[in-house]
Amino acid sequence: MEALNIIIRGIFIDNMIFTYFLGMCSFLAVSKKVSTAFGLGMAVIFVLTITVPINWLIQENILKEGALAWMGGAYEVIDLTFMQFIVFIAVIAAMVQLVEMVIEKASPALYGSLGIFLPLIAVNCAILGSSLFMVQRDYTLVEATAYGFGSGSGFFLAIIALAAIREKLKYSNVPDGLRGLGLTMLITGLMGLAFKSFIGVVI
Amino acid sequence: MSTETLEQEQAVVAVKEPREPLLSKRRKKIVTDPLVDDNPITVQVLGICSALAVTIKMEPTLTMAIAVTFVIVFSNLIVSLIRNFVPNRIRIIVQLAIIATLVTLVSELLKAYYYDMFKVLGAYVGLIITNCIVMGRLEAYAMANKPYDSIFDGLGSGFGYAWIILVVAFFRELLGSGSFFDFKIFDAIGWSSFPTNGLMVDSIGAFMILGILIWVQRHKTGYVESH
Repeated sequence: MEALNIIIRGIFIDNMIFTYFLGMCSFLAVSKKVSTAFGLGMAVIFVLTITVPINWLIQENILKEGALAWMGGAYEVIDLTFMQFIVFIAVIAAMVQLVEMVIEKASPALYGSLGIFLPLIAVNCAILGSSLFMVQRDYTLVEATAYGFGSGSGFFLAIIALAAIREKLKYSNVPDGLRGLGLTMLITGLMGLAFKSFIGVVI
Repeated sequence: MSTETLEQEQAVVAVKEPREPLLSKRRKKIVTDPLVDDNPITVQVLGICSALAVTIKMEPTLTMAIAVTFVIVFSNLIVSLIRNFVPNRIRIIVQLAIIATLVTLVSELLKAYYYDMFKVLGAYVGLIITNCIVMGRLEAYAMANKPYDSIFDGLGSGFGYAWIILVVAFFRELLGSGSFFDFKIFDAIGWSSFPTNGLMVDSIGAFMILGILIWVQRHKTGYVESH
């Protein structure tokens, strides 16, 4: 039940884009067409659901203060938290590479649609951000997995919605300076305002 | 390949003009270009994430601007120094390792000397690693240019990023909290009933302010994005 709540929160209330501004670069760059936005959104869900639990395991068993106690009493005092950034980004880059290779072998069709987005995801703030937030919030393993999936789905929903709006905008007459990025920012703001109505939703 | 030809070209230039002054016109242009015409945020659309998240108040924004400029300048310098020794295939992971090291340094410094700010910025210090401006400059400039020029390029991009987020933060703090660097402006001028706007403190205000800022800036420079 707690896990379900975290998923709902991740999608609607603590949305990666509208509340934390994470993954904005790819959100703005890849939201011109619904089909490509769909590909990127799926890839983000996929990678987040895998990397957040893996980073949780690393954080709990290696990096956290006293986490190395399983190696023997002498290691109990070691605190490797300062290694967090390097380890997390390395795990993400490695996982993205691995996922890319697995998909390429297992399903060439899926690779065709996701392939080009996977390398891009390694430097997507939403991925690293989820891992860092997961540490801040002291989740359990199940909750961390739910959080990864939920925040990925939130990103997916946001980018699909924006892409659909931008496809329609192609036919409208927008002032020159506002065209493209400017208008997209304003629309994102309005979408964020709409998402505010979900605050307080609890199962 | 292209690195070599570029260096050859530079070498030819160097023969004609044996010593380029330390602050030549070309170098000045490297610094000033990203301020307006080629701004990383409003024109290249890079590094938006952190630009919006930390801009609720001026103080964290200034800290963030300094931190990002520091990381850009030094990662540019280091990557430029080792650019001829890094195999092309593993360059991304090398760049990420360099950036992550510098960000860890910034984060530890903040934790040691400025703990309150470290708490306010939270995860966003770590997210400098995935700030697209840093990666973008490494790929586009530092991999193909000499260290000294790369420092200037880093400074230019850093300042371009800094002034935009400072402007966004100025309006968000002024309209959202009625203050400037936590100094209550409206109380000071005797207008203590000034209605602060909660949306400005919220994420929505950030999107709106940046959207309008981009509109004004592009209107001035005449830059038009094609569909």
